[in-house]
Amino acid sequence: MTVGLTSYLMVALILFCVGLYGALTKRNAVIVLISIELMLNAVNINLVAFSKYGLYPNVAGQIFTLFSMTVAAAEVAVGLAILIALYRNKETVNVDEMDQMKR
Amino acid sequence: MSGEFVAFFILSLLAIGGAVFMISFTRVVHMVISLGITFLSIAGLFVLLEAEFVGVSQILVYSGAISILMLFGIMLTKHDASDEGTGFAWKNRFALVFVAVLFGLLFWGIQNTPWGLPKEQAAAAVSNAKQIGLSVFKEYVIPFELVSVLLLVALVGAIILAKREEDSK
Repeated sequence: MTVGLTSYLMVALILFCVGLYGALTKRNAVIVLISIELMLNAVNINLVAFSKYGLYPNVAGQIFTLFSMTVAAAEVAVGLAILIALYRNKETVNVDEMDQMKR
Repeated sequence: MSGEFVAFFILSLLAIGGAVFMISFTRVVHMVISLGITFLSIAGLFVLLEAEFVGVSQILVYSGAISILMLFGIMLTKHDASDEGTGFAWKNRFALVFVAVLFGLLFWGIQNTPWGLPKEQAAAAVSNAKQIGLSVFKEYVIPFELVSVLLLVALVGAIILAKREEDSK
């Protein structure tokens, strides 16, 4: 058995679907954030797999992965800061209780 | 059964297992630890794909920084929180059906696309890190500088958002 492009794409697909399910169903906002991180990671696997097994293999996929990692890190920092500010004001981290803009 | 296949099998099993355990645990801290295992195995997959630099960055950024940041976020909010999912069963079921349909569609697409074989390339004479460095500083200089500005903005923004507001009280 050989490991080809399809195997990596399948692993990334499963991770993406698990992350999507977590982001849609979990209540705790921290867990929703890390589910989104899981989805971003699955996309990174795809990029690196295509940078080795694509039709024209080159290093651009790995560079895009580095950029998306940087943006993900910035997103987590800002997201957690918003979450902590919200917790200080509302004493909750559940996403279904964050409905100030609906009132 | 080549060594590459065995390594791929174990690493992907760990990655998917960590993700599934992350979904099924109820304690929030356990979820983050389980996701750390997933991040580490994804770094292993990167090394298997001959992307050593990205693999090491994955370990540094994800399993190092982001997991610890998430743990801090949990400790600063409700540290003994548990997550039993939404209270609406129909919403969970709808999400499950939606994700299953998406999975089926993408599975069908991946299996039925003729990906083509990569053009044979001579083995790179320079190391992976050197290749990335040459490419970043020759072709991707402007995105690189923009990303540094983005990181600075995120740093300042996170500090301002999380700072206690003294004067407003």
